[in-house]
Amino acid sequence: MTIKNMVEALNDALRLEMKRDKNIVIIGEDVGEDGGVFRVTDGLAKEYGNKRVIDSPLAESGIVGTGIGMSLVGLKPVCEIQFEGFIFPAIDQLVSHASRMRNRSRGRFTTPILIRCPIGGGIKALEHHSDSPETYLVHTPGIKVVIPSGPYEAKGLLISALREKDPVVFFEPKKIYRAIKEEVPGEAYAIPLGKANVIKEGKDVTLIAYGAWVKTAKEAIEKLKSIDVELIDLRTISPLDTETIINSVKKTGKCVIVQEAPKTLGLASEIIARINERALYSLEAPVERVCGFDTIVPLRLHEDYYLPSAEKIISAIERVMKNARGAS
Amino acid sequence: MEKTLASFDIKYLQILDENGVCDEKSKPKISDDVLKEMYRFLILTKTFDDKALKLQRQGRMGTYAPMRGQEACQIGSAFALQKNDWVFPAFRENGVYMIKGVSPEMLYRYWMGDERGMQIPKGINILPVSITVGAHLPHATGAGMAFNYLNEKNVAVCYFGDGATSEGDFHAALNFAGVFKAPCVFICQNNQWAISVPVKEQTASQTIAQKAIAYGIHGIQVDGNDVFAVYKATSEALERARSGKGATLIECFTYRLADHTTSDDAKKYRDENEIAEWVKKDPITRFEKYLVDKRVINPVIIGKVKSEAEQQIEKAVKLAESAKPQPPTDMFDYLYESITEEMKEQREQASRENKIITKTTSGENSAKNAGVVGELEEA
Repeated sequence: MTIKNMVEALNDALRLEMKRDKNIVIIGEDVGEDGGVFRVTDGLAKEYGNKRVIDSPLAESGIVGTGIGMSLVGLKPVCEIQFEGFIFPAIDQLVSHASRMRNRSRGRFTTPILIRCPIGGGIKALEHHSDSPETYLVHTPGIKVVIPSGPYEAKGLLISALREKDPVVFFEPKKIYRAIKEEVPGEAYAIPLGKANVIKEGKDVTLIAYGAWVKTAKEAIEKLKSIDVELIDLRTISPLDTETIINSVKKTGKCVIVQEAPKTLGLASEIIARINERALYSLEAPVERVCGFDTIVPLRLHEDYYLPSAEKIISAIERVMKNARGAS
Repeated sequence: MEKTLASFDIKYLQILDENGVCDEKSKPKISDDVLKEMYRFLILTKTFDDKALKLQRQGRMGTYAPMRGQEACQIGSAFALQKNDWVFPAFRENGVYMIKGVSPEMLYRYWMGDERGMQIPKGINILPVSITVGAHLPHATGAGMAFNYLNEKNVAVCYFGDGATSEGDFHAALNFAGVFKAPCVFICQNNQWAISVPVKEQTASQTIAQKAIAYGIHGIQVDGNDVFAVYKATSEALERARSGKGATLIECFTYRLADHTTSDDAKKYRDENEIAEWVKKDPITRFEKYLVDKRVINPVIIGKVKSEAEQQIEKAVKLAESAKPQPPTDMFDYLYESITEEMKEQREQASRENKIITKTTSGENSAKNAGVVGELEEA
C-alpha cells in the first residue's frame, strides 16, 4: 500500500497492464516524453519505448480512427484525448464506427479500444477545458462509459477497462486528479464495470453521484448528521447499474442525483425515468437534481456558480426530506 | 534571396488505351490464366451490378449503390493483393469483396437489408461496407501502424472516392500514414461525381494524386479504366509498403456510369453526352478486345464466361432470397461482448412486441415515399 493521488494510480494501472499485455499501446498528443499534460502517462515511454507510447500528430479523429484500425487487427490501443472539449472531432469515429463494428459485422470484427479523457470543471481553466460531455456517449449504443471517483477506484476500474473486449470511454475528473490521496495497493486489481458502489448505507434518502462529485457528496453527508443518507457512486455510467439504484430508492423512498453536466437530458434524467418505471410508488417526494445549468460553463470567475457543491447538495436533500409525504 | 525549396511531379500511367491498344513494354507480367481470371471477375462484377439494379427496381432489394464503370479500378487493384493484406472498403467495392472471397450471395443479403451479409467469413481480411464517407481511412492507417508494431508484412488497403478527399479524415489518415511510415495503399476511385458535385468543385487541385506530396507519401494517377495500369500501380505500391517505404495514394481516374444510388437521378445534373463519351472508354470493352486480339479468349470463351456469371449470380440471388430470416432480436445481440442487463430487458420487450407487429411497408418504399435522393453520400 502506498498513498497515491489519481494521476499516480492511473499511471500505475497503465504500467502494470502494459507489462502484462504486449498488445497495449498508447497513442495521443504529448503522451510520450511529456507524459501527457496531466502526467498520467509519465515515464511510460521511457519504460516501454516510443513504439508503444506514441506521440501522435494533433488530430483527435486521427487518434481514435487509427486506434480503431489498430484494434481491428489485434492491438489494444489506449487513445488519450487531451481535454474533453477536444473530443468532438473524435466523436464521429466513436459513434459511427467504434460502437458499431461488432454489430455491423455480426461479431466478426471488434474494436476494443480504450479512450482516456479528462472531464469536468473545477480547475479554473480555459473554454473547452471544463465541460461534461459524457451524455453524448451514454446515448451511443455499443460503448461503455466509466468515470472514477478517486485513486483506488481509478486504478481498479482502469484495469478492468483495459481488459474489456468492447470500446470504453474512460473519463477522468480533472478536479480530483490530485485532490484526493489515499492508499492504493501496489498490485493489479480489477473493479468490475457496470456495478455501482454503495459507499455508505442509509435509510432516509438515496444520494447518487459519480466522478468528482462523490467526494463533494461525502462532504455534504458529513454535515448532515441528522439525516441518514445512502450514497451511491455509479462508477460506470453506461451500462447503468439500475438494480442498485432501484433497490436503494425502494428502501429510502427519496432520491437526489448529482450531475455536473447540463441538466436537460443528462444522466439524472435517465435515472429518474428508470425510477419512475420501476419504483414510482415507493417515492415519498419528487426526485431532486443537483445539476449544471443548460448554459455554457462560465470561465474561472463565475465557474463556481455553475458547478454543484456540498451546499447545493445539502439543500436538495433537505428539500426532499421536507417535501416527503408524512414529513412534519 | 528567393529560391525553390522543393518541386514535384505527378506521374500518370496508362498501359491499355480505350481502343484496346497496349503498351507492351510497360505491361505487367501476368499469365494468360490470370488474365482470364481477371476477365471473369470483370464480367462477374458487372453481372452482379446489373442484377442488383434489376432487383432493386423489382422491389426485391433496398437502396443500392451501383459501381458500373469502375470495374477495372477494383479488379486491377484487388488482383495485386496478397491473402493476408487487409482491405478497408467504402460501399461500391463488390468486385474487391468477391476477389477477396466474399460470395455474391452475402453481398446481396447485405443490400437486401440483412446484416448477416457483412459477417465476413473468418480468414478473409476485408471490413464491412463503410457508409460514412472518408471516416474509414484512418482505420487503414491504424492497421498499417499495427502491422509495423507487430512486425507483420501485411498491407492495409483502403478504397474511397473523390468526395472522401474533402473530408478531414482523409487528411488525418494520410498525415498519420506519412508520419508513421504506415504500410498502406490508399486507392481513390475518382469517378468524378460526388452525387451531383463534380470533382472540379470538390477540389482546386489539378489531380487528387498530388495531395500525397503534402503528406510525404508517394502519389500517382492512373487510368482507372485500364486494368493493367491499376494492377501495376497497386503492385508497386504494395511492394513499397511491404519493404518499409511507406504509403501510396493511387488516384484511379474513372467515371461513374450509373446514378449515385438507386434513389438518385443523375439526369438532373449530368450531361448525357458526357456519359456517352465515357461509355467509349469502358474498362471491360477494351480489355476484352485486347484479350481477343492476343487470342487469350475468343467468342466461345466470352460466351461461356458470361453465361457462367449469369448462372452464378442467379444462384446467389436464389440463396440470398431463401436465406433463413434473421430474428429481429439480432439487433441486441452484437452490441457488446455479452449482453448488458438493460439490453436484456429491452430484448425481452422486443420479443413481446414483435408478436403484435405487422409489417406494413419495406424500408425501400418508405425511402422512396420520403423522396430521399442521397441517403448514401457520394464517395
